[in-house]
Amino acid sequence: MSRLQFDVAHLLAGGMLVLSFALLYQDRIIAVINVFALQAIALSLSVAWQALVQNAPHLLVTAAIALVVKGFVVPFFLQRIVRALQIHRGIEQVIGAGPTMLTGLGLVALSILLVQPVGEVSIYVREDLAFALAVILLGLLLMITRRNAVTQVIGFMSLENGLVLAATGAKGMPLVVEISVAFSILIAFIVFGVFVFRMRERFDTVDVSALDRFRGERRDVA
Amino acid sequence: MIAPVEAILILPATAIPVLALISSYRLGAMVNIFACALTLTAATALLFTEHPRSDLIIIDDFNIFLIILTTFVGFTTSIFSATYLAHEIEIGRLTPVLLRFYHAMYQALMFAMNVALIANNIGLMWVGVEVATLSTVMMVGIYRTPEAIEAAWKYFILGSVGIGLAFFGTILVYLVAQEVVGEGLPAMSWDLLVRSAPMLDPKLLSLAFVFLLVGYGTKVGLAPFHAWLPDAHAEGPTPISAVLSGLLLNVALYALLRFKMVLAGNASAIDVGAIMVGLGLISLVFAAFMLYRRRDIKRLFAYSSIEHMGIAAFAFGMGGPLANFAGLLHMTMHSLIKSGIFFAVGHIAQVKGTQRIAAISGISVTHPVLALLFSLGVIAIAGLPPFGMFTSEFMLVSSTFARQPALSIVLVAGLLIAFGALILRLQDIVFGEPTGETHPAQASYIPAYVHLTVVLIAGLWLPGPVVQWFRGVAALLG
Repeated sequence: MSRLQFDVAHLLAGGMLVLSFALLYQDRIIAVINVFALQAIALSLSVAWQALVQNAPHLLVTAAIALVVKGFVVPFFLQRIVRALQIHRGIEQVIGAGPTMLTGLGLVALSILLVQPVGEVSIYVREDLAFALAVILLGLLLMITRRNAVTQVIGFMSLENGLVLAATGAKGMPLVVEISVAFSILIAFIVFGVFVFRMRERFDTVDVSALDRFRGERRDVA
Repeated sequence: MIAPVEAILILPATAIPVLALISSYRLGAMVNIFACALTLTAATALLFTEHPRSDLIIIDDFNIFLIILTTFVGFTTSIFSATYLAHEIEIGRLTPVLLRFYHAMYQALMFAMNVALIANNIGLMWVGVEVATLSTVMMVGIYRTPEAIEAAWKYFILGSVGIGLAFFGTILVYLVAQEVVGEGLPAMSWDLLVRSAPMLDPKLLSLAFVFLLVGYGTKVGLAPFHAWLPDAHAEGPTPISAVLSGLLLNVALYALLRFKMVLAGNASAIDVGAIMVGLGLISLVFAAFMLYRRRDIKRLFAYSSIEHMGIAAFAFGMGGPLANFAGLLHMTMHSLIKSGIFFAVGHIAQVKGTQRIAAISGISVTHPVLALLFSLGVIAIAGLPPFGMFTSEFMLVSSTFARQPALSIVLVAGLLIAFGALILRLQDIVFGEPTGETHPAQASYIPAYVHLTVVLIAGLWLPGPVVQWFRGVAALLG
């Protein structure tokens, strides 16, 4: 691949990383969903670019899935859930936005350090990997620092965006399309799960800390 | 005529839609048993057929034994499941519609585990583990009580993050391998990975293993990644607890061991054995202490599963012919005993109408047959002779003592602490003051007795061919 091709790939991956940071400081659920949709669109552009430069048209399927499913369908349904459950107020944060962002910066540094000194694989591929790893770790961070079930789901999907980015960046990796389909099924199940279990009905809130009341260990009733 | 390799995938895959369409739950249960029996037959036939190498499917000594174990326990559990579910329908905890769904998911689980076991491709194996996780999540939440939903959600989120991280590790392994093996399917196949291991880039490979360990380690239930395991075991239907403990944990451990084989071939990569020894011991000691504070009977045995997976991980971490042999034997014995115990526990919880240990006591008076079965199971899982788990633990302790005396002290301490907890609970449950319901149990005892008989035979006398087989696999594991 030429220098320019890598630069464009890095630009798109960098855009995803910036959106990952944007996810961290949103304090309204609807805004989180919208930023996630943007990230999914950035992912589909990035995958489409890889399809072009690697001359691998099957990756376009993955790009299309990312665009349609994660860019539009899932955000649409999540917004409906949020409206139906009337939870578009603020999000409870375990840690404030400032410390979260600083931790996020630390994670990005960590992913660069982890991947950079690594031997024979070419420098550009390693940079791709560092971007993907950073997106994955920031997704994890989002899942940990937010208590809301919907934001946790978005954290997981953002993590998964990072995985697809890594997989499509690995040249000629087989089964990428199949695996991205498997992931879409997983996501569909999760969204479906939030909807079907209707946590609001059962717990009066989608705040997962409310689930802790039902901590498995049954108390002995005297 | 289809080959047995194809049959073990096609049979459960066809059973999924068929079972989803059968509206009578009795017929559904029968078809479920029948499909499992056929799959078991096909799996046994694997022993007698040739297996040409392909990029997607690998059959070697290591996975044939696990496939047979998986389909066998899947078959016996389907028998137990039929009587268990009939009772659940009777008391109205489940509806026939949910059961259709349950049976379809059961076969989806068997299918996914078989895919994960026979895959020669690290991506395909990952898909298998993912589908297996999804199908069990659906079954864990099937009662739809708040506890069941919490358990399913926790399992779902932790399991998804786990397999997500494992996937990143998989990508890294591919990236490393494609430099040496070349692009495409060969760079993801086990046999070529192992063969080209010495040439692979050690740093990236080590990084990959960290992700794989956290990812698949979550599915194995190793501490500190075990948080989902007790909830999922306690809140789902008991047949699912049996297959989770007996089979799915093994499949995840199998995945880790395959990656360990690759890293073991590379001299400059991190020492995988030491990490597994550490995690194994932490799981063992942690779970052993946790056993004392459990109030829920299924949760008790879930922690015992963490303990035993810890022991198995420790054994494989130690490596060498003897410890690997002990690890393989331990995996097998644990599958058989633990699922057997869950069969007994399922019926006990049904007759007593509760899972609270405090409310279950004196079953030797009210249900003698069940009590005998349960006691034998607990004695076997606690590692007392003459059962097979004594053999594996004895081999492990003696081989560890010869090589690393300090570690063997921790190991023995963990084993004894867990032993104490189990015997303490056994006393209350079996010999305490009889409480609760005394009406006779409608139970299927045969599956549990079959399991315990196999374990007993293994403890008294391991047949020559089996010893030979395990030795071969132990050598393969390095």
